[in-house]
Amino acid sequence: MNKKEHYKTFVYPTAFHSRTSKLNQMQESHRWKDYLVADVYEDVALEYFAMRNSTGVFDLCPMTKHKITGPDALEFLNRMLTRDVSKLKPGRVSYCVWCDDEGQVIDDGTVFHMRPGEYLLCSQERQLDWLSISSLGFEVTITEPTHELAALAVQGPTSCAVLRKMGLNDIQNLKPFGIAWFDFQGSELMVSRTGFTGDLGYEVWIEAPRAEALWDALFAAGKEHGIRPIGTHALEMTRIEAGFIQAGVDFLPADEAVRPGRTRSPFELGLSWLVDFKKPNFTGRNALLEEKEKGSRYNFARLDIAGNKPAKDAFIYNSKKQVVGTVTSAMWSPTAKANIALASLHAPWGKPGDELYAEIYYQRELKWSRVMARATVVEGAFFDPERKKVTPALDF
Amino acid sequence: MTDNSVIIVGGGHNGLVCAAYLAKAGRKVTVLEAADQVGGAAVTREFAPGYQVSACAHLLFMLDKDISSGLGLKKHGLKLAAADMETVSLSDTGEHLFLSGPEARGGDLSADDAAKLKQFNARMNKFADVLRKVYKGRPPRLVGEWQELKGLAKLGLAVRGMGREDMREFLRIAGINIYDVLQEQFDSEMLKGAVAWDAVLGGHLGPRSNNSILNYLHKLTGDVNGKRGAMASVRGGMGGVTAALAKAAEAAGAEIRTSTVVSRIIVENGTVTGVELENGEKLSASKVVSNADPRTTFMDLVGLKHLEAGVALQVRNIRSRGSVAKLHLALDSLPRFTGLDEKALGGRLLISPSVVELEQAFDFSKYGEISESPMMEITLPTVHDDSLAPGGKHVLSALVQYAPYNLKQGWESGRGELLKRCMAVLERYAPGIGATVLHSEVLSPADIEREFRIAGGHWHHGEFALDQFMMTRPMHGSAQYATPLPGLFLCGAGAHPGGGVMGAAGRNAANEIIARGDAA
Repeated sequence: MNKKEHYKTFVYPTAFHSRTSKLNQMQESHRWKDYLVADVYEDVALEYFAMRNSTGVFDLCPMTKHKITGPDALEFLNRMLTRDVSKLKPGRVSYCVWCDDEGQVIDDGTVFHMRPGEYLLCSQERQLDWLSISSLGFEVTITEPTHELAALAVQGPTSCAVLRKMGLNDIQNLKPFGIAWFDFQGSELMVSRTGFTGDLGYEVWIEAPRAEALWDALFAAGKEHGIRPIGTHALEMTRIEAGFIQAGVDFLPADEAVRPGRTRSPFELGLSWLVDFKKPNFTGRNALLEEKEKGSRYNFARLDIAGNKPAKDAFIYNSKKQVVGTVTSAMWSPTAKANIALASLHAPWGKPGDELYAEIYYQRELKWSRVMARATVVEGAFFDPERKKVTPALDF
Repeated sequence: MTDNSVIIVGGGHNGLVCAAYLAKAGRKVTVLEAADQVGGAAVTREFAPGYQVSACAHLLFMLDKDISSGLGLKKHGLKLAAADMETVSLSDTGEHLFLSGPEARGGDLSADDAAKLKQFNARMNKFADVLRKVYKGRPPRLVGEWQELKGLAKLGLAVRGMGREDMREFLRIAGINIYDVLQEQFDSEMLKGAVAWDAVLGGHLGPRSNNSILNYLHKLTGDVNGKRGAMASVRGGMGGVTAALAKAAEAAGAEIRTSTVVSRIIVENGTVTGVELENGEKLSASKVVSNADPRTTFMDLVGLKHLEAGVALQVRNIRSRGSVAKLHLALDSLPRFTGLDEKALGGRLLISPSVVELEQAFDFSKYGEISESPMMEITLPTVHDDSLAPGGKHVLSALVQYAPYNLKQGWESGRGELLKRCMAVLERYAPGIGATVLHSEVLSPADIEREFRIAGGHWHHGEFALDQFMMTRPMHGSAQYATPLPGLFLCGAGAHPGGGVMGAAGRNAANEIIARGDAA
């Protein structure tokens, strides 16, 4: 990318554009961090069911990638991320969040410990600025190879079979959150058993000039396994079923917030398991410790809601008809056969078993109605299949 | 038994004041000074064989009288060689302006300006009184418990208590520049140049920069023996102040170790537990108080990796680029300034003939250059004090502006260039002075950084400006002397209330530590 010319390009094609644009029947796209990504290729339902029943392929190129190396790489990540990165072995991936000094979440992402001392931090939002700030006093080299490193999410029960057929021997033995490297037509192909769908699935990473060849090989191998490109709408459904949160939807990145009180801490997003106070210092530690002592303002909740009307944007009430929070993500889950939602509730509401009400507005043939549907706080993901965890990966 | 040991890193005047108060309160205090004598930037040392000079600060006018009486500095040897020095704003034609607080005469001063100066001085002193009040203790926080709000309310009341007209004027000018205010009041170019000097001395700012009023008021908070705006010369140089402070601290039970260089402040499990010396020796203490400037403290001694990222960023962004150089001359005889009586040489001599020339001198430093015609504050301490030079010989000490820390040509060659320019200026006012120079020394901000271990060579350990003032000095979260690192405190000029040999930061830090009891 010529840095001085960047503003002349309204939106960038991804490394797979020559392939995805041909398949994108609906021509519906949006801008994700200056890249064009498909909302839907043909039909959301078909794409959703491809991911749950066969294999869906999502163009992950715009995912922001940061490569971190240098003698202080581990120390740097340990000071920036709330969890203990020293436990992350080479060839492993871990989910993580990072906060500002006030203990408010800036973004979540995945940190890859590739070769010893070489890390890749992936996030939805651009983070180079925060990484630079966080690197003051550390001997690290940080680059952002987002444009140079193409990536695809290959997700669904037949994904392992597809990759095996593509020639990735032994891929079935890759454990969840593991990384493996393969030769792909003379180039290095990195595969991680990770994803945003809560199912068996992989993410594949290759240098951008080889992206199209990878796409072609993948779709050729997947032909008999129901492979299908999927857009962000279908991905959104799978991530809600998996119970994953998303920046800008379920929480506001702290560095984007203007109004006080709009941001959330890891505790307030149900991510207390990612906060390791045994580390003597990480950004946000002092504030989070204080929050732990004084109590949080909000609770994150997964809701099981009566009926079948999606509780999109619903207010949540307690039995005294007081508003206790709002839904941040909601859908009818075809797989869980449930009306599910993620919500941010004022403390103390949101404990598993809490019985609340969702105020749902819905339309039938242009007529609006309102229903107060019972909403129960539940624990765990709405969809959590065994095949996600089993190694060797099952063959479907 | 609880551990009440305190290590103070740096034996500058604030470190020593802090040590004395803590020792008086029963703490086991050890002061570690890197140089071979205490004093920091308030120090006297030889710059040429037989010639002694105040190597950094050269006049005393802000020392808090509660501190000097509270610690018995007179008893411990503090002696003023001159207590009420007149300011002489030099003119190259010999029409000098003489200034002493509200009184002025000579130069291009009109009767009208002389009358206005009295009003101006009274009003400015009234404004400075607001600062004097808040300098007595730790600054309030903008958020927090009701005690904090009480502090803020007190500040508000002090401003309101000035009366409607003065309050309006205070709020109008507090954030603006001295140039505009002086233009409104006076016609005398010499008077404006001289007053503006006090508003820009020590900082990276010119008379047209905002914060120059704030700097001016800061200077006016000082007094000598109760006389506002007076300037004093210390017998034996500024080292006389810190020698007395050291004696006071030792008398109270503090231990002082000189030639002891701290290489790092030890952080264990997120808490400061002691220091490591350059020779590898480790000393532990329940609290470490840093008299070093905040950037040196956090970046060099602690390490930014021990702070949270936002705090580290604040540290990096502290503005502390020095713009003052120091000129020391050993003279064969008393210099002769055109039209100036020999008696007047005991005063403070300013070369800041007009506010425009002062601003022009600043322009160069904005672009990393030495002023073509540097401005100066000159003292001849040997006029009052025969202990500093061999009989009949003299010492000239001058603060020179502007000499930017980030000099484009670099200070290796810049030092000689600055000396040349200074001598050219001096020659204009005191023809023939060059021929009497026996020895010379120039300390650039880079030299000041090295010799006094101040990041950026900034006298005040950080620019004195509204964004680095009170609850944001040196930065929010560390403004009440305690830092985000448990066990680590600040007591230097980088903390509230700031620079100048006043000792208030050291005393306030000690009071804060005492008030906190054994809590980190």
